[in-house]
Amino acid sequence: MEKRPIIELNDIIKRFYVGQPNELQILNGISMTVREGEFVSIVGASGSGKSTLMNIIGILDRPTEGSYVLDDVNVIAAKDESLSKIRNRKIGFVFQTYNLIARTNAIKNVEMPMLYAGMGRKARVERARELLDMVGMGDRMHHLPEELSGGQKQRVAIARAMCNDPAIILADEPTGALDSQTGRMVMDLFHQLHEEQGKTIVLITHSPELAEETEKIITLKDGSIIGERKGSGRACLS
Amino acid sequence: MLIIENVRLALSSLKANKMRALLTMLGIIIGIASVIAIMTVGNSLTSSITSSMSSMGANNITVGLQQRENEEEETETGMTFGSERNQQKSAKEEDYFTTEMLESYCATYPNEIYALSASETIGSGQIEDGNLYANVSVMGASQGYFVANDLTILSGRFFSDRETDDGDKVAIISEKAVNNMFQGDVEKAIGSTIQTNINESYENYTVVGVYEYEESAFTFSTSSEKDINTNVYIPLKTALDKNHKTGYTSFTVVTQAGVDSDQFAGTTKSYFNTYYRNNRDFEVSAASMASLVSAMSDIMGTVTTAISVIAGIALVVGGIGVMNIMLVSITERTREIGTRKALGATNGSIRLQFIVEAIIICMIGGIIGIALGIAGGILGAQLMDSEASVSASSIIISLLFSIGIGVFFGYYPANKAAKMDPIEALRYE
Repeated sequence: MEKRPIIELNDIIKRFYVGQPNELQILNGISMTVREGEFVSIVGASGSGKSTLMNIIGILDRPTEGSYVLDDVNVIAAKDESLSKIRNRKIGFVFQTYNLIARTNAIKNVEMPMLYAGMGRKARVERARELLDMVGMGDRMHHLPEELSGGQKQRVAIARAMCNDPAIILADEPTGALDSQTGRMVMDLFHQLHEEQGKTIVLITHSPELAEETEKIITLKDGSIIGERKGSGRACLS
Repeated sequence: MLIIENVRLALSSLKANKMRALLTMLGIIIGIASVIAIMTVGNSLTSSITSSMSSMGANNITVGLQQRENEEEETETGMTFGSERNQQKSAKEEDYFTTEMLESYCATYPNEIYALSASETIGSGQIEDGNLYANVSVMGASQGYFVANDLTILSGRFFSDRETDDGDKVAIISEKAVNNMFQGDVEKAIGSTIQTNINESYENYTVVGVYEYEESAFTFSTSSEKDINTNVYIPLKTALDKNHKTGYTSFTVVTQAGVDSDQFAGTTKSYFNTYYRNNRDFEVSAASMASLVSAMSDIMGTVTTAISVIAGIALVVGGIGVMNIMLVSITERTREIGTRKALGATNGSIRLQFIVEAIIICMIGGIIGIALGIAGGILGAQLMDSEASVSASSIIISLLFSIGIGVFFGYYPANKAAKMDPIEALRYE
C-alpha cells in the first residue's frame, strides 16, 4: 500500500520579471510527489532551477502557476502570515551555511523555531536538550556557534530543523561546506532520522554520490524534470 | 510571553556590542539628563525664590513712580529710540511722594493699611573704629519698614518720635555689626557712637537698638562671616536730609490680614494717580507681592520650559542616532532575519523584535540619563544654595518619552527588517 503524499507539486511554473522584456521562465511545469517517510534527492547542475524549486517547496517563494499541496494544506491559497506558520510547523530547514544565530548558544538556536510556534519556556528547553542529545551535541549545548566546528554547527542546525516535528526536512546542500568526513557524519544523521524516525527528507544536492544514497533521485535540467529513478542505496558506497 | 523573549534577545544583542550600545545611548543619556537637571534646578530655584519673596510678606504692596509712556513720541516702528525728547527722565523733587501724601493715604484707608514702609538709601561702606570694621549699608527706614521686613529689635529700642521728626543721628545696627565692633557685647553697643565711612564721607551715629540679622536666600554666602554686609538703619528724615530730598520714589504698604492685596494695589494706584494726573512725566504703579511672586514663578517656569525644550533637541538627535544604529544593525543581521523568517517568524514578530531592541536602548539610556540628571540637578541646586526638588512627574514623563523615542525611531528600521524578502536575506553576504 502506498503511503500518503506529503508534497504534491503539479505543473509548477516559475517566471521572473513577469510582463517585462527580460521575462525569464525558470521552472517549466514541474510535477512531483513525495510520500510520507521517503528520502528523496533533487539533483541538477547549477542553473537547472534547483534553488528556485527548493524555495517553492520550502514556501519561501510562490510559483507563478501550478498547485502545491503540502501535508494536506493548499499552500497556494494561504496568506503570507499563515505561510510563516506553515513553514514553522511543517518544514525543517537545513542550510548549506548552517545559518545559526551567532550571538546565541546552541540550545537557544534550537529553541528559536519553538519560540515562534508559541511553546512555553520549559517545554522548549526540554525538547531542545533532547534533540541536541540525539544529534550528539548534548555536551556542547551552551557553546556559541563560533566555538563549534562546521560539522557540529550542522548537527545543531539539524536539531533545530527537527524541533517542531515537521512533515519534511528540507536540506539544501547540507554537506556543501563540510569536508568529506564530517559530511559523511551529517549524511549518516539524515539516514538515522529517516530510518529510525521515519522522517520525510528532501535533499537538494549537486553531488551524484550523495544522491545515490537516497531512495529516489529526481534530476532537473533547464527547469524540467528529466529523470526520476530509485537510488542504488548506501551499501554501494561503504 | 514573546515580549519577555524579545527583551532577552535585545539584551543579548546589546551585550554582544557593548561599546556601540553605550555610544548609541549617549545621545539619549545626554538629552534626558539635561532636561531633568534643568527642570530640577529650575523648580528648586523657583520655589526658593517664591518662598523667600513670600517670607518678605505676601500681603505687601510695592508702590513706585513710573515714567509715563508718551505715544506721540514713538517712532514709526513703534520703538522709542534715544532721541533727546524721550530720554529716561529722573524724578525731580516735585515728582516725589511727599510725607503729606502718605499721611493722608494712611488716614483714608485705616482698615486696610497695617503699616507703611518707606526707606531711603545712603550708600554702602564700613563702620570703622581703629582696626575694627564692619561692612554696612546705611539706609533710612520708617517703623513700617521694620514691620514689612519682619525685623526684630533684639535689644534697645526703635527711634523715638522726636528722633524721627528731627532727623537725629541715631542708628539701629545688626547683631553681626555688634559682633564685629563690640565683640558681641550688646549692652556696650547701645549708647555708643559709631563712625560710618561711605566713600570717604564720615558720619557719627548713636546706637539706640540692635536687630536680629536674618540670612536671606538672596545673599549668596560668598563672603566670610566677618565680611557680611548688614544694614545700619537711621531715621528716614535723617537720610532724606542727607540726600537733600523731601520725598520718596517708592514705598511699601503692608495690608491688614484679610485684605485682598491685589485689589488694594489697584485702589492704591488710583488713589495716588489723582495726585499725578497733571504730571507729564510720571505716574504711579502699585503691585502686590503676591502678584509679583506669581509673575516671578511664571517667568521662571517659562524659562525652565524653554531651556528644557532646547535640551529636548538633544533627545531628538539621540533618537536619530538610535535609528541610524538600528539600520546598521539590521543590515548586519540580514541573514539572521532571513533565517528567522525561514524558520517561522512572521513579519510582525520581526518588527516587534527590533522595536523592542530600540526601546530597550532608549529605556536604558533614559534610566541612566534620569540618574545623571537628578545628580546634576541636586548638585546645581546645592551650588545655588537652594533645596533640590525633583519632580516625580518629570521622571515618569522622561521615561515615557524615551520609550516613545524608541518606538518612533525604531519603527522605520524594524519595519524595513520585517519586510525583507527571506530568499534575498538568506542569500545576503
